[in-house]
Amino acid sequence: MLKYLLEKEFKQIMRNKFIPRMIIAMPLFMMLIMPWAANQEVTNIRLTVVDNDRSITSDELVRKVVSSGYFIFQSVSDGSEEALRDVDAGKADIILDIPNGFEKDLQTERISGVMISSNSVNGTKGILGSSYLATIVNDFASSLSEDMMMVQPVLSNQNGKSFRIMPQYKFNPHLDYKVFMVPAIMVMLLTMITGFLPAFNIVGEKEAGTIEQINVTPTSRMQFILAKLIPYWCIGLIVFTLCMLLAVFVYSLIPVGSLLTIYIFAVVYIVAVSGMGLVVSNYSDTMQQAMFVMFFFIMIFLLMSGLLTPVASMPDWAQYITIFNPLKYFISVMRMVYLKGSGFAELVPHFLSLCGFAVVFNVWAILGYRKRN
Amino acid sequence: MTEEYVIQAENLTKRFGDFTAVDHITFSVRRGEIFGFLGANGAGKTTAMRMLCGLSRPSEGKGTVAGFDIGRYPEKVKRNIGYMSQKFSLYEDLRVWENLRLYGGIYGMKDREIAEKTDTVLRSIDMESERNTMVCDLPLGWKQKLAFAVSTFHNPKIVFLDEPTGGVDPITRRRFWEQIYGAAASGITVFVTTHYMDEAEYCDRVSIMVDGRIKALDSPMALRNKFGVSDMDEVFRMLAREATRKGD
Repeated sequence: MLKYLLEKEFKQIMRNKFIPRMIIAMPLFMMLIMPWAANQEVTNIRLTVVDNDRSITSDELVRKVVSSGYFIFQSVSDGSEEALRDVDAGKADIILDIPNGFEKDLQTERISGVMISSNSVNGTKGILGSSYLATIVNDFASSLSEDMMMVQPVLSNQNGKSFRIMPQYKFNPHLDYKVFMVPAIMVMLLTMITGFLPAFNIVGEKEAGTIEQINVTPTSRMQFILAKLIPYWCIGLIVFTLCMLLAVFVYSLIPVGSLLTIYIFAVVYIVAVSGMGLVVSNYSDTMQQAMFVMFFFIMIFLLMSGLLTPVASMPDWAQYITIFNPLKYFISVMRMVYLKGSGFAELVPHFLSLCGFAVVFNVWAILGYRKRN
Repeated sequence: MTEEYVIQAENLTKRFGDFTAVDHITFSVRRGEIFGFLGANGAGKTTAMRMLCGLSRPSEGKGTVAGFDIGRYPEKVKRNIGYMSQKFSLYEDLRVWENLRLYGGIYGMKDREIAEKTDTVLRSIDMESERNTMVCDLPLGWKQKLAFAVSTFHNPKIVFLDEPTGGVDPITRRRFWEQIYGAAASGITVFVTTHYMDEAEYCDRVSIMVDGRIKALDSPMALRNKFGVSDMDEVFRMLAREATRKGD
């Protein structure tokens, strides 16, 4: 019996004008565009410089800042007020204010200062911008003092003790944000295809009235639901595989951990999210209603999943909410396996949580599906 | 229950909140009969039919269809019936043969059985040339012929037809009724709702529902005699005039 229902679902999906195209277009779009766009590295900070010193040293400092690549040199302002006006007008994000006598102070007193002011409407950009700038200025200062040490080695010994921190970045040595985003984007895609599509399909049958003709047959709830899910599970896994291939070719990103672990998690995860979609479809009579409810949950799930912002930096109460978010578990699993190479043994708690979601949602979906009212 | 009756309803009632859509109806349908279930819009015909098909749970009362209690064994009832809803509900994006195959398969028919039956059925409804047509491309009258063919494809004991001829021309309706007679001749009991009083004349017996209750039940001829009128149209009008419920 299931065979005939599956045959019907596959035919309908293949004949749909929209779905097969989406299945190709979505992974391409998400994988090729999203990692570049959904990037939290702060670059292209527009810099305006107020150079009151107009000396060789100040000129060198500016050149060093600009050549770092993080900043776009916007303008040289004549005074602090003019620079602030640029910030007000949205033309500049950060001001580097070099005081008069900067070079002279450095040479005579061996100490001097610059002022950094940043527009912090976007907090991350403001903070990171000024810290980049501060790092560059410090670097500049230390290389300057090394130069002077060569000339006057005796002097430097007075306050000579200093140390330098050499960070070692593990698992993502080049600090490439894309490497961090790509595995999570695969999860997003899988959620869309296996969570949304079967749910909309069922609500579509409700709207068309065709579900009535099925309900009057002896088809069991289980069979009807399975026939709806299996095609999207297959599609989901195909798309997921396509994404992993794209990741290899476009981003040279190969999972450090085992593929088997990834697939085991993917299978449990799609059972869980498609179950969630079914629950929504059970309670929706129209497509509009189903869409709205699904978007409501997916938005919350995405924003609270650690996709863009780390869960650990959320307030405690928000962290409790994320316990009920299946996306959180799978995104973190994907990143762990992809970047750190975590093995299944380390991921057992995640696995159990996802299994829990799968069981709860699907039992709920089957019990809640009414063949009669 | 005697073997003779395949549908029996006893005080069957359906309430939606305060509204009683079907109000204690009692009737029986004999094996092999064409039973007309008449009533104005909103009289409760579709609700009653949905209860008998196991699509809607009765609020009160008892019903048996094909020997199974509709409250307790709706799934067993479903094995033995065919149903054609008021709104066309076959898959528009499947071909004619694919719809037949799907429903044949759902009722547990085997591939070969389905293929053979598809040939016979399509021949009998003159749709052999449309075998590969997408259902969405069929004209309404043909869709209804196909829907009826689907509802009787698995040789059910009883077929429920909910306003099967709504919106089609008289010639197509006439042909449709030939299909119904054909099914009845092969031993399928037909339970049909309709608005057309000429169609009521084709039935062996009819019941007339007004405001959720059955006001009259007999053969069309007996009803005409009882009310002293010349056709079913007048019988219906005399009874429906008493309705307080607004049609929709």
